[in-house]
Amino acid sequence: MRLRTMIAALAASAVLPITGAQATDLEVTHWWTSGGEAAAVAEFAKAFDNDGAGDHWVDGAIAGSGGVARPIMISRITGGDPMGATQFNHGRQAEELVQAGLMRDLTDLADKEGWRDAIGDPKLLDSCTLDGKVYCVPVNIHSWQWLWLNRHVYEDNGLAVPTNWEEFVSTAPALREKGIIPLAMGNQPWQSSGAFNVMAIALTGVDNFLAVNRDKDAEVAAGPAYARLFKAAADARDLRQGSNVQDWNQATSMVITGKAAGQIMGDWAQGEFAVAGKVAGVDYDCLPGLGTNPIVSTDGDAFYFPKLDDPDKSAAQLRLASVMFSKEAQVAFNLKKGSMPIRTDVDLAQANACMKKGIALLKEGKIAPSTNQLLSPDTSGQIEDLMTEFWSSDSMSAEDAQKRYAEIIANAD
Amino acid sequence: MAQYPRPVQLFRNLNAKIAAIPMIVTAVVIFAGGTIWTVVYSFTNSKLLPRVKWVGLDQYERLWSTSRWLISIENLMIYGVCSLIFSLVIGFMLAALLDQKIRFENTFRSIFLFPFALSFIVTGLVWQWILNPDFGVQSVIRELGWESFSFDPLYNPNIVIYGILIAGLWQGTGLIMCLMLAGLRGIDEDVWKAARVDGIPVWKTYLFIIIPMMRPVFITTLVIIASGIVRVYDLVVAQTSGGPGIASEVPAKYVYDKMFLGQNLAQGFAGSTMMLLSVLIVLIPWAYLEFGGKKRV
Repeated sequence: MRLRTMIAALAASAVLPITGAQATDLEVTHWWTSGGEAAAVAEFAKAFDNDGAGDHWVDGAIAGSGGVARPIMISRITGGDPMGATQFNHGRQAEELVQAGLMRDLTDLADKEGWRDAIGDPKLLDSCTLDGKVYCVPVNIHSWQWLWLNRHVYEDNGLAVPTNWEEFVSTAPALREKGIIPLAMGNQPWQSSGAFNVMAIALTGVDNFLAVNRDKDAEVAAGPAYARLFKAAADARDLRQGSNVQDWNQATSMVITGKAAGQIMGDWAQGEFAVAGKVAGVDYDCLPGLGTNPIVSTDGDAFYFPKLDDPDKSAAQLRLASVMFSKEAQVAFNLKKGSMPIRTDVDLAQANACMKKGIALLKEGKIAPSTNQLLSPDTSGQIEDLMTEFWSSDSMSAEDAQKRYAEIIANAD
Repeated sequence: MAQYPRPVQLFRNLNAKIAAIPMIVTAVVIFAGGTIWTVVYSFTNSKLLPRVKWVGLDQYERLWSTSRWLISIENLMIYGVCSLIFSLVIGFMLAALLDQKIRFENTFRSIFLFPFALSFIVTGLVWQWILNPDFGVQSVIRELGWESFSFDPLYNPNIVIYGILIAGLWQGTGLIMCLMLAGLRGIDEDVWKAARVDGIPVWKTYLFIIIPMMRPVFITTLVIIASGIVRVYDLVVAQTSGGPGIASEVPAKYVYDKMFLGQNLAQGFAGSTMMLLSVLIVLIPWAYLEFGGKKRV
């Protein structure tokens, strides 16, 4: 990964001199570099280049992942070399940059174009809002809350395909006997931490999840509901024994090839199933909220616009924000990206079965905020450290892990 | 000569001193200034951006109650002690063997020094493959017929740090060998002849005559090895990314992760201050012995 940091840093520094050639060139940094992601972001670029005002999208892709790209973006903004626009995840990642007055206020544009009405649930705009002002354009919704299952693994072994987490757990011993790993999970910290949060919403309910993550109630985190959750996580830890891969897509590929039965992963995983030519409902199944508590979480990406001195570029920033929020660009972008559009007033007829499940839940308002929106990066990092330790060793008991988790929550900001 | 007054020390080699001023200023402002700034801000609650809001020793309390930091320190200790001992011993042995006026000395020297030309990232990736149980040493030996053979240090939390140590030694020992070889070549041939005349066995000559004479070389080597130990980071990142779990974390990685990924500058600063402190704890007594001792002579 860190090798990529260097490449990314080099790439980023090589991109710098390109900016400023024309008044309406706007450099946009993001970390969408995989095939599908790049195709999706090209839709934004196309829409922006054709907006009739002579604008030009200068692509500042930073290879790696968010963890690699964000430090580069932040150091450019704080170092006085801001780009025209930059990607962050919804939530608190850019909170301090906004507080420091480095980001542009988009409230007027949002009011003029009626963003709050176009977005199905106004809560989605809250993650872009600080002190009543809008600072970013949310472009998509990615939900973490999915359990992906290989149907053939169950059918071939004479088992019913589980429809919820409890059934999934109860079929696990039978799969083990056949030499199939019940739960695939990569070893990267964000994966175990993410899976834990998914289990938290599915198994303890949204109220408990919010009490812990939003209200930072350490008593709930130390209480009986979370005790059951940690017990379940310890069981899941046994189910994942044998999946010694690093990256999430390697874990997904274990499910696709039938080496493993299921994986807890966000909706970006269905891109892998699609590439492998699998069909939802026939080859694989997706259970939102682990099937136990159907829900989608509102992770996702947003674009922020750093304050610039150049008036031409500042005007172009508003045009870009407007393009990104437009119906056409939302449809084109999200179909390629495999994510759900931020607006509920667009039609995604081409979406596949799993995505339609998600959109239906979104329209019903069965949504939960993501941990990115609720926890500071610092707290998320501490939880990731704890989860990595917990999921990778049998020596840490559920009780110990819960105690330390409650401590982190008690000290969270 | 003695009747001339002693020149004022300050103005001796004046040109050289003037030429050195820019470097001195840079060193003081960048190194000392940056260090002081870091230490000062480790007492604040700076998050993404530095801000002056004092929180006393909170950052340090959190640091020392974090199991990841404690594991990092433990790993650094194990890596440090082993790396120091093995680098010196293996480096010196190789140098002593090469010094036996063997044939193809240049070839051997190049082979041993070659790993040093690779960066830690490349070294780490190479050894990640070599130590991978499915492709590397373990599978090769199993294919030779020893089915139960098991050697997968990078996947065993208890010994993962030794897997990293192997890669570190492979990369660094060549340089140590070259330094030692240069030291050995600096020893006068007559010393050897004298020892032979006195009938002292070769190993005793090395241990009690040659090694004490090579003291300056050993000190240089020590500094090079020690600085390599404290900043070990890329090797771990390339080989294990700190895994399995957090079993191979090191302090430098903790500092980087907290500062840039966790958006918690002050916590990272507290970590780097502790690293600086540990270097000083080693360095100050050594400097005292080394330079304080000379004045008495």
